[in-house]
Amino acid sequence: MGELAVELRDVVKEFSDSEQIREVVAAVNHVSLQIHDGEFFSLLGPSGCGKTTSLRMIAGFELPTSGDVLIQGKPMGRTPPFQRPVNTVFQNYALFPHMTIGQNVAFGLEMKGVPKAEIGPRVQEALAMVRLPGYDKRKPRQLSGGQQQRVALARALVNRPAVLLLDEPLGALDLKLRKEMQLELKTLQREVGITFIYVTHDQEEALTMSDRIAVMNRGKVLQVGNSSDIYETPNCRFVADFIGEMNFIKGIIQAQAGRSATVGLDGGLTVHARCEQSIAAGTEISVAVRPEKMNIDSSAKMDNEFQGRVVSIVYIGTDTHYGIRLAGDQLVRVREQNNTPGSRPLASEGAEVKVSFAAEAARVLTA
Amino acid sequence: MSNRRSPWLTLFTFGVYIFLYAPIVVLILFAFNSSRQNVVFESVVNKEPCGVFYWFCALTNNSDAIDAAGNTLTIAITSTILSTIIGTMAALGLQRYTFRLKSFSEVSLYIPIVIPEIVMGISLLVLFNGIFNGLNNAMQLAGDQRLGLGLGTVIVSHIAFSVPFVVLTVRARLHSFDKSVEEAAMDLGANEWTTFRRVTLPMIMPGVLSGAMLAFTLSLDDFIITFFTNGPGSTTLPIYVYGLLRRTITPEVNALSTVWIMVVLIALIVSRRLQRRAA
Repeated sequence: MGELAVELRDVVKEFSDSEQIREVVAAVNHVSLQIHDGEFFSLLGPSGCGKTTSLRMIAGFELPTSGDVLIQGKPMGRTPPFQRPVNTVFQNYALFPHMTIGQNVAFGLEMKGVPKAEIGPRVQEALAMVRLPGYDKRKPRQLSGGQQQRVALARALVNRPAVLLLDEPLGALDLKLRKEMQLELKTLQREVGITFIYVTHDQEEALTMSDRIAVMNRGKVLQVGNSSDIYETPNCRFVADFIGEMNFIKGIIQAQAGRSATVGLDGGLTVHARCEQSIAAGTEISVAVRPEKMNIDSSAKMDNEFQGRVVSIVYIGTDTHYGIRLAGDQLVRVREQNNTPGSRPLASEGAEVKVSFAAEAARVLTA
Repeated sequence: MSNRRSPWLTLFTFGVYIFLYAPIVVLILFAFNSSRQNVVFESVVNKEPCGVFYWFCALTNNSDAIDAAGNTLTIAITSTILSTIIGTMAALGLQRYTFRLKSFSEVSLYIPIVIPEIVMGISLLVLFNGIFNGLNNAMQLAGDQRLGLGLGTVIVSHIAFSVPFVVLTVRARLHSFDKSVEEAAMDLGANEWTTFRRVTLPMIMPGVLSGAMLAFTLSLDDFIITFFTNGPGSTTLPIYVYGLLRRTITPEVNALSTVWIMVVLIALIVSRRLQRRAA
């Protein structure tokens, strides 16, 4: 630990529009990242945010327009993919359709010039690791999607790369299989101890599996941190909105004392919230509060308490979601767990209720 | 609507097949005719040497026919190999790269398919004559040394009209080609050439083979373009048979045609087998 497996230093990647060579688009815009040895690191963001392009620059399929990619401390420059100590698992598996599973897995070892006598056992070992022993004689098209995904994993891991790059590897699988594979991947990563760089647009997947996550949007890294950092203390509106559910309440800064701010809302309400940066009074901001951090008719005394009327109730089993209109016409969602036997709704539609939450649970976000 | 097929449809289908194959059957039948005239079928030939295969044996003594067959095969094989290589490279290049005048070069590639063969034949003849005149004059060649039409010009012409067909068939195959498979090979340590040899080529092989097959058959029975571009010592079978027709048609021509049909048939079967294995 402590050693850097991969480092991106101020990397920019611009694509010129392929048809008309006029418009230049920055897919990755001054990205710097440090990924530690043995880490499960996720690049998370919506499609087109630059996460796949970043991964492809580490693999060597794309070269940065400017900036450096370093693998194990060595600048990669224009090093072609076949000379980099990384292997990739592709979204669509990219197995060689004309080769057997055994030949697919052996390909990388063959290219490295590993002696024939050693290749056989290592292929068997890799297939056993992904729980597909005895499949070596089959062709890729005879396997299911999940099995093909495991072969792709075995084909990459058999080379014992310094870093494994995974480009939305579970994207094509159905939900149940995806959940299974998430756990399997995480266990596998702990066992082999190889650095995983995992690209996904699925926030739940990233939260479940990663040691650290970089949230990207429009070619920029917005926040890097572990799952709870990203979820509990998002540093901007995009991260707050992209990860999980969030209430945004528009307001104006009235006063700030250290990390705590008083915010004026429509309808003469005030809310106390945490504020990481110093913001001038009078600035328009949003207060972000997670639905599960709000309570309905709680007896506990809270920093923020508002009257509101229930406008919708959605029962989803583990939780019930309440849509509540506050006095200043702000609509918020509140999530209450159904954690008592035979839980009944806390309120009915149209009822007047008290919504309360701690100042710590509310965050001031600009823009 | 019932599921039973109309008897008219069956009849029509048979009609089409008879229309297609009756001439070939008649042609093969007349290769065994005892009469030298190709008009009436007298009886099955049974003369020494070779009995019923009399006309086939007569063919083996006909050095003109043998030479023509040799030329045809030489031209077909050489032009097939070269046009398959050039066409496959062109298809890969067009698939992979974006460059200025790309759409122009794509369209111009397919022009030989649509322009009349006779126009292409004449233009190739004009081109070759121009080149040879220039060279002969520049190098002051005289008599036998003078460069002229021959096997070389026929091969070049055949490559010219075959390449577009190869490009078309290979591109059709590349259309469904997943580029990430090549990236996977590179990622696993294969350089560009190894990736092409071990992954790309085997995957597009069915397209390459059908392109080659098309080029081979096109070359084998081309008449018009060969007519314009051949020279002394490069007479092909179609040109030779055309020459015979102007005199009398003997069953020898039928025997020759029969052998020819067999060669094409065998080539077709072999290529189907190869394609099925590659797919």
